Amino acid sequence: MPRDLTARPLIACRHCDLLQREVPLPEGGVARCRRCDAELYRSHPRSVERTLAFTLAAAVLFAIANSFPIVGLEVQGVHNASTLIGAVRSLWDQDRVLVASLVFATTLLFPTLELAAMTYLLAPLRGGRVAPGVPQLLRFIQAVKPWGMVEVFMLGVLVSLVKLAHLARVEPGVSLWAFGGVMLLLAAAAASFDAREVWARVRVAR
Amino acid sequence: MSAPRLSALDLGLVSCQVCALVSRAAPAGVAAHCPRCGAALHARRPASLVRTWAFLIAAAILYLPANLLPIMQSSSLFGAQRDTILSGVAFLWDSGSWVLAVLVFFASIVVPLLKMLALAVLAATVQLDYARRRHQRARLYRMIEFIGRWSMLDIYVVTILVALVQLGVFASVTAEAGAAAFGAVVVLTMFAAMAFDPRLIWDTAKDRRG
Repeated sequence: MPRDLTARPLIACRHCDLLQREVPLPEGGVARCRRCDAELYRSHPRSVERTLAFTLAAAVLFAIANSFPIVGLEVQGVHNASTLIGAVRSLWDQDRVLVASLVFATTLLFPTLELAAMTYLLAPLRGGRVAPGVPQLLRFIQAVKPWGMVEVFMLGVLVSLVKLAHLARVEPGVSLWAFGGVMLLLAAAAASFDAREVWARVRVAR
Repeated sequence: MSAPRLSALDLGLVSCQVCALVSRAAPAGVAAHCPRCGAALHARRPASLVRTWAFLIAAAILYLPANLLPIMQSSSLFGAQRDTILSGVAFLWDSGSWVLAVLVFFASIVVPLLKMLALAVLAATVQLDYARRRHQRARLYRMIEFIGRWSMLDIYVVTILVALVQLGVFASVTAEAGAAAFGAVVVLTMFAAMAFDPRLIWDTAKDRRG
């Protein structure tokens, strides 16, 4: 075996399995696969602190977003407004159990679980402690992530607002702005989260 | 610099899909777990092609009712109207919201169709040991993975309309069977994309036969 096999950790590209050596990155740098050009990893300065900050802010706004009506509607004196959970309940009451469950899971359940899991993971890590069950938790976060669709939901709300604007007077609620904030903060949290660094800290702390 | 291009598989190594640690592969028939995170280790996603095809066929079958059945019904004093996905796009177009009409058309009709076609092409080319255009196929897979979720758009539009338009005799909206079929198509195509292992694109025929 060549001598440098012990030099730097090996990494296999997730997309093409090409075996490569990790290289140190400058701040904000990105390492790409030599063969298929997929991203291997990137540098996330102060990842734990920033991801935790974005996650906590998103959690607060998410609570607000779910406590108030998203939009209100008024036609000739008749008024109606709905929260997200109220919308899920309307579907459920119409016996659209599958659709109601799908909406509930993708806009409420999975985002909530992800926010909770990220907080549980990152808060102790900031102080250098590793919460029990971290490997299982990271696996869980990875499985749940593709199913949280707050940003798609936001776009759906905007499309329905345009549809409704022809029919009635629409009043965007507090919750709509809060959802917009949640969407941006979740994107920021995802962009600053660095599972590699978490794994590294897990090992150091042990 | 032209180092030999070897995959982890070539060297008897396996990369953890959860924590990315590269470790030595276990002998055939032995269930292996990542030494760092404990996740099950597989050199390639198990039964990747069979599972991809299964989800794809199910999605293709449901794609018909998803587009042919109405996804919602709007009733008012002046009668009832049933909307399919396409007539919803037509409504947006006619009311002058061209940008949104194009957006919904892409998210609800073009994306699911393209996604199913692209996955079928990817699975078929791997199965036929087609060795060319690997870079394009790899890029295609990454694009599919990224845009698939946006097809859920129409489900959320129906959800909001159903919740808000409950104004007694003036207007009310109910969700119809097409919505459930459409939601199932989106979920099934996401499962199909997750089942497909993009590393198969780069494997040679020899790798695949083990």
